[in-house]
Amino acid sequence: MSTSGIGQSVRRVEDIRFITGNGNYTDDISRPGQTYAFFVRSPHAHATIKSINTKTAAAAPGVVGILTGKELAADKIGGLICGWMIHSKDGSPMKAGAHPALAVDKVRYVGDHVAVVIAETLNQARDAAELVEVEYDVHAATVDTATAAKPGQPQVHAEAPNNTVYNWHIGEKDATDAAFAKAAHVTKIDLINNRLVPNAMEPRAAIGDYDRGTGTYTLFTTSQNPHVARLVLSAFIGIAPENKLRVIAPDVGGGFGSKIFIYAEETVCIWASKKVRRPVKWVCDRTEAFLCDAHGRDHVTHAEAAIDASGKITGVRVKTTANLGAYLSTFASSVPTYLYAPLLSGQYNIPNIYCEVDGVYTNTAPVDAYRGAGRPEATFVIERLVEVAARELGRDPAEFRMHNFITTFPHQTPVIMAYDTGDYGASMKMALDMADYKGFAARKAASAKAGKLRGVGFSAYIEACGIAPSKAVGSLGAGVGLWESAEVRVNPVGTVEVLTGSHSHGQGHETTFAQLVSHRLGIPIEQVTIVHGDTDKVQMGMGTYGSRSGAVGMSAIQKALEKVIKKATTVAAAVMEVPEDTIDFNDGIFEARGTNKKMAFGEVALQAYVAHKFDSEKIEPGLKEGAFYDPKNFTFPSGVHIAEVEIDPETGITKVEKWTAVDDFGTLINPMIVEGQVHGGIAQGIGQAMLEGTVYDKSGQLVTASFMDYCMPRAHDLPSFNVGMTTTPCTTNPLGIKGCGEAGAIAAPAALINAITNALGHENIAMPATPQAVWQAAKSSPHKIAAE
Amino acid sequence: MYAFDYRRPATLNEADLALKAAPGAKLLAGGQTLIPTLKQRLANPGVVIDLSAIPDLKAITRKGDTLHIGAMATHAEVAGSKDVAAAIPGLATLASHIGDPQVRHKGTIGGSLANNDPAADYPAAALALGATMHTNKRTLSAQDFFQGLFATALDDNEILTEISFPIPKRFAYAKFPNPASLYAMVGVAVAETAGGPRVAVTGAGTDGVFRVPALETALTGGFKADALKSVTIPTTGINGDIHGSPEYRAHLIGVMARRAVAAA
Ligand SMILES: Cc1cc2nc3c(=O)[nH]c(=O)nc-3n(C[C@H](O)[C@H](O)[C@H](O)COP(=O)(O)OP(=O)(O)OC[C@H]3O[C@@H](n4cnc5c(N)ncnc54)[C@H](O)[C@@H]3O)c2cc1C
Repeated sequence: MSTSGIGQSVRRVEDIRFITGNGNYTDDISRPGQTYAFFVRSPHAHATIKSINTKTAAAAPGVVGILTGKELAADKIGGLICGWMIHSKDGSPMKAGAHPALAVDKVRYVGDHVAVVIAETLNQARDAAELVEVEYDVHAATVDTATAAKPGQPQVHAEAPNNTVYNWHIGEKDATDAAFAKAAHVTKIDLINNRLVPNAMEPRAAIGDYDRGTGTYTLFTTSQNPHVARLVLSAFIGIAPENKLRVIAPDVGGGFGSKIFIYAEETVCIWASKKVRRPVKWVCDRTEAFLCDAHGRDHVTHAEAAIDASGKITGVRVKTTANLGAYLSTFASSVPTYLYAPLLSGQYNIPNIYCEVDGVYTNTAPVDAYRGAGRPEATFVIERLVEVAARELGRDPAEFRMHNFITTFPHQTPVIMAYDTGDYGASMKMALDMADYKGFAARKAASAKAGKLRGVGFSAYIEACGIAPSKAVGSLGAGVGLWESAEVRVNPVGTVEVLTGSHSHGQGHETTFAQLVSHRLGIPIEQVTIVHGDTDKVQMGMGTYGSRSGAVGMSAIQKALEKVIKKATTVAAAVMEVPEDTIDFNDGIFEARGTNKKMAFGEVALQAYVAHKFDSEKIEPGLKEGAFYDPKNFTFPSGVHIAEVEIDPETGITKVEKWTAVDDFGTLINPMIVEGQVHGGIAQGIGQAMLEGTVYDKSGQLVTASFMDYCMPRAHDLPSFNVGMTTTPCTTNPLGIKGCGEAGAIAAPAALINAITNALGHENIAMPATPQAVWQAAKSSPHKIAAE
Repeated sequence: MYAFDYRRPATLNEADLALKAAPGAKLLAGGQTLIPTLKQRLANPGVVIDLSAIPDLKAITRKGDTLHIGAMATHAEVAGSKDVAAAIPGLATLASHIGDPQVRHKGTIGGSLANNDPAADYPAAALALGATMHTNKRTLSAQDFFQGLFATALDDNEILTEISFPIPKRFAYAKFPNPASLYAMVGVAVAETAGGPRVAVTGAGTDGVFRVPALETALTGGFKADALKSVTIPTTGINGDIHGSPEYRAHLIGVMARRAVAAA
């Protein structure tokens, strides 16, 4: 077997480039004659724009142009869109306000785009921006998620009375209520899923470049899905038809979802490049990123579980208010609905589930998908609920989970999802072993002796990845199909280029995708190049998010590879003058069974291109195949994470002592990269649970607008991760891949809060469990510890 | 950043002249505070005068029972200095926990003290150790030097050149870092000096670094952590923010003081 094929921990081929500063990010690109954009942003969370005076600013040195919402409207440039239609319980479509790329009459959050100043240098653009005079009539702001829909709150959009975008629900209410009526025990919890700022290492950036000669626009941008950006910018926003609009997303330095969306800034840059007849570049600074990148999470939830006398969960009832921010971002509406509630069954056999979600507008940054997108929120609900239920019933939390695990597959949940496969008990058992759960009591006693509180917490998560059958998501309101495309181009000497609609923003596709090709074609990965991120090269694609690039993107590549092998077999048969069905293809060799005839892949490729030895009337020359792959189902990665913490009650400092993660991702292409994804995900989940809190004050000012106040996880906050794997290959895609990109971020918060509450001996703590919060909570801990 | 002129004088005298020639000019040491301030356009000094070419501002020497540290000594140099480790090991430890490696290799003791950030670490040490600040014009006691949030006794045209620390019997600094910024949310420096015990607190005062007479008195009977157990720190004058309420910070002063005394 090859050393670079599926299952090998091949070193990432892109890392040398990234580590040595040879990456090519959007900000590394400069276009001849380039100008610089700086946005005038609203300092108020909620205000009416009375006037914008650009006269003085326009006369400032170096200014090339100043544009406002008026010019944008005059050019009939459409507003930003939300691409997923959600219907309320009563059947009415969601109530969305307009989302112009530059504000027209009102600003709705701090950082909202008021005007753009374009100048010869960035400093000149900034200088001039300070001279733009905007007169505001400032209004009270709606900030708080829980109360946004209460009557009398300041209204964010006239189109959405009581700031309510939708009152959505899923599941059978009556059947679920009936289960609760019969329950032997009911567990109730109230949770806040804290708002997070994504903070990709590379901030967003865009260069718009209009070519007057050809009438073509080129947009360089930090996008996880350049084709979706092109589709939206052309079909909905109306910049130019698709054939006149090229979107290039070069190296992208992290995104976590925040670079899926089509934002105001790139829209303005591409539009403005024609207006000012020069390329226009914008690079986000960190403060702008805090204010304006789409945030994540922000739910307020009440959840209940009905449990029968044998300890089986018979029903789950959830009521969530989801803060969508000031405008609906590209996929905002779907995240707290279809990406959330269908995961509320977790790994458990729960016959009745009913969930209501109210989506609300507030005067805060838009909220959209962020690593896990809905699934971390669902996992936090179900895994806190199950843990608390076990505690209330006096049952061991691991045993209680196993008692309720789904054990037969396929399994249809009451909320859409049909799990194809899994072995939840296997992951739990392995995790218990690896975490030395048996030894926990002794460790807890030792901690208590030293004046510390020790706790252990579980999270048995499930997620739905590889979104998903296009027909299914279409019926749920998605505006796009969610297949993936691939094209495999074999060169005459047998080297290969793979064009994929997925787009790496750190995941290592150039390595893992090449591993698949190497595996299937039996050629070294050095002979494979992955091409992505350019709409002029790759015909169409849906991009990278929701852990779909393995399950969907690689399935498309696999499908195209099979077509290549089929064609190559035809060529080889003709050249070797044997029947096609006598040819076997293994490890890069086409061999005619029962003869000594064989040809290497490269030789066949050459023959396909020279076309000397077959009848080109019957066999087309060349070797290039494309495929579109539409998944049959979601994939369902699952696993068990166990966190162990020690709290110093005197200071409130929580030390994460141990972290065990056992995941079932199906087939692993590159175990090292998978483990890296797990590490990064857990780090983000620990960040959410203990460190990262986004705070807006009552007037809508973002208090945590820098790293001085917004705490990102650092190495010293994290333990060494103990990672294990179980494997049940996905049954619905050709490679058996489930996806691994978000698991850590989905699993970790519940595990950690379960551990902290276990240590504290009560449930009364919210995320982020900062030292101050833990210190407060430890004061009411019933646990006895030795005095220091 | 607003545009500015950059000067790099070769002597203190030249620096002094450059300062006088450009009212509003800013001295540049490690730039760890000044550069971010400039980048955010929170300052527009017109002229920036870089002190890094002036010789002798970096020296760390021990003279008798005093430790002298040049204003331009970086945190990493203080942390790694054998003289500091021998004379006041707790000071080396303090320096080794400032910010991150990048900050420690650029940031300077002089810049930190001149900036007097209410959450910076050095001010607590300087005050607890009874340090003396030497400028190109005069000398000042730490007590007189610190004058509230980001305020010192330095004139506009005055350059801090050296800090001298009388070597104490014992000294330690216990820091509770703000999880986000890693600055001190509460930092307590304790010293057993010739003049008696001294306790100084950073990170927690609404008016910057301050001494805590109640803790100092409690230590007079013996430099023991237990001696502090009975002291409650009132919340008056203690600041609160999203990271810590005045109650939490006041509580942490007690905890960190005991830990510092135990470590000293
Ligand atoms: C990420 C980060 C984390 C940090 N964490 C900590 C921390 O944990 N604890 C901590 O204490 N600090 C911390 N700091 C601050 C750091 O210690 C800086 O070194 C310090 O604030 C300023 O020192 P500097 O040499 O960089 O001074 P500069 O930034 O160059 O100057 C600061 C100010 O002092 C003035 N100045 C400088 N030198 C002199 C002089 N010789 N005479 C008169 N005026 C002068 C300057 O004009 C300026 O106004 C952190 C900084 C950063 C960026």
